[in-house]
Amino acid sequence: MMTLKVNGRDHQVEAEPDTPLLYVLRDDLALNAAKFGCGLGQCGACTVIVDGRAVLSCVTPLLLLDGKQVTTLEGLGSIETPAPIQRAFMEEQAAQCGYCIAGMMMRAQALLQKNPKPTDDEIRTELEPHLCRCGTHMRILRAVHRAAHLMQTADASTSQRRSQ
Amino acid sequence: MITGRLAGGLFAALVVAGAAVAFAVAWRPGIAAVDPPSPETFDQTLVKRGRDLVAIGNCSTCHTLRGGQDFAGGRPVPTPFGTIYSSNITPDAETGIGRWSEAAFRRAMRSGVARSGRHLYPTFPYDHFTHVSDEDDRALYAYLMTRQPVHAQARENQLPFPLDQRAMIAGWKLVFLRRAGLVPAPTRSAAWNRGAYLVEGLAHCGACHTPRNVLGAERASAQFAGGEADNWNAYAINQQSPAPVPWDADALFAYLRNGWHPDHGVARGPMADVASNLSDVPDDDVRAIATYMADVLGPPTPDRKRRGEEVLARVSSTSAPATQANAAGAAIYAAACAACHESNRSLPYGGVDLALSTAFNASDARNAANIVLAGIGPVAGEPSPIMPGFAASMSDAQIAALLDYLRARFSRQPAWPGVERAVADARRTQTVFLQTSLSPDNAPTDLRERGKP
Repeated sequence: MMTLKVNGRDHQVEAEPDTPLLYVLRDDLALNAAKFGCGLGQCGACTVIVDGRAVLSCVTPLLLLDGKQVTTLEGLGSIETPAPIQRAFMEEQAAQCGYCIAGMMMRAQALLQKNPKPTDDEIRTELEPHLCRCGTHMRILRAVHRAAHLMQTADASTSQRRSQ
Repeated sequence: MITGRLAGGLFAALVVAGAAVAFAVAWRPGIAAVDPPSPETFDQTLVKRGRDLVAIGNCSTCHTLRGGQDFAGGRPVPTPFGTIYSSNITPDAETGIGRWSEAAFRRAMRSGVARSGRHLYPTFPYDHFTHVSDEDDRALYAYLMTRQPVHAQARENQLPFPLDQRAMIAGWKLVFLRRAGLVPAPTRSAAWNRGAYLVEGLAHCGACHTPRNVLGAERASAQFAGGEADNWNAYAINQQSPAPVPWDADALFAYLRNGWHPDHGVARGPMADVASNLSDVPDDDVRAIATYMADVLGPPTPDRKRRGEEVLARVSSTSAPATQANAAGAAIYAAACAACHESNRSLPYGGVDLALSTAFNASDARNAANIVLAGIGPVAGEPSPIMPGFAASMSDAQIAALLDYLRARFSRQPAWPGVERAVADARRTQTVFLQTSLSPDNAPTDLRERGKP
């Protein structure tokens, strides 16, 4: 039994310490935004934010997470009140099959938290660990720029909704 | 009184004579500026040859800033003496070498003097380039002068007085710059001689792999005994090589060509750039380098050979890990690393079995720390090993526990001292490095460009 802090709440988790964070999020906490892609940290679909930085949850066992804050896509916003990054991806229609998109959004979110106005090159470099098979790459780029803009112009209630 | 005056006169004479000698040693004339030659004036075959040579010389790594334009310089090179910024070697007339004649270029390669007569710091490895032939200098010049000119002023070096006085360099050269010494060995094969010419000259392998003395010169008595570059341990590549499986010419060839070898692991850090560049040059040249270096490494002692075979045998079987005191490190390894590193898929499709990795048999923990933090990025257009970095998910203490465990499990060497410090240093250095140089986790080879002038 260990305490896992996810999206601002403490969860008591019954899992072995070597369990990948991804399995706990999906199987125990019903947080299904992060996806299982390769299970080897090679595709990016499982990306979540841990203490402000993008992390591949499939190769992050629970034993590395003691005292750390995990944020998933569900923690950023909801269908009713989407966070800027979510709104931007919807408005740009940046998903095709969508399997990679939750991971893309989480790494983009972590990027925008430390660099509010990234260049095209910076976004491309940052998102390099993510594979997208459908090919909405150009829309994803536009969505990240749009999210940056939204975050700068968003009202206080939305902008406070940033992850830790 | 008279004695005093005599002494004063003698002193003045000595000062004048000393200054004259110093001037004679240090002063180099300028070479007249030329109008930048137009690219069409260069023979295409020569330009193509120059392209291969520039790759062998790994020029782009130091002369290109991360995210910057090719060969435009400005990359900081940290040295124990201060930071030196690489120069712009594009044919820009104002800030590059556009107004350099071939003679000026050749003098820079041979003796480290700029067109203006200014001495160049030996971070530009003219102690090796001095061995490059006239013919190869001509090809290098042809290639560089046909690149896109980039207007980019190099930054001022950050060196304390008196090292910022370039006349000092003349003294350094008197002691350490030796043109003689590279004579063909008639009893050796053509490939060996070609390899010696490239390794000791243009490829300047010793610049990283040979330890340096207090004045920053390579220690001739310890050639290839291991050095460093950008907070990476450049392993010994002589008989002291720490590789668990002894190298041979075939393995070296494949490693230099592909950037990885199933029995040795993946080229990382500055070596990734070297391998990326060597993936692009004629087979014969890489084969020559491998032939020569295999000879430098020497045949393994029977004991080393046997241990290498043991390691390979152990890797191909699946054996239970030895019991370990370090539970924290063992748990991290089992949970975060073993899925790839014990997958029984060899490189590039699985992680290398760490019993084969030189990193855990090396003299310090730097390279292991660097790789755990940054991982290994994909190479565009080629099957290449990749590994996620753990900088965001593991603390320094966790990585230190992991490295202690891996050292104990996968080498027969004593524990590394100061592992946590090495991890903290690696984290700090990588943060700086990522902002200033070519991506360390990606050594792209643009296949479409292969073979073009």
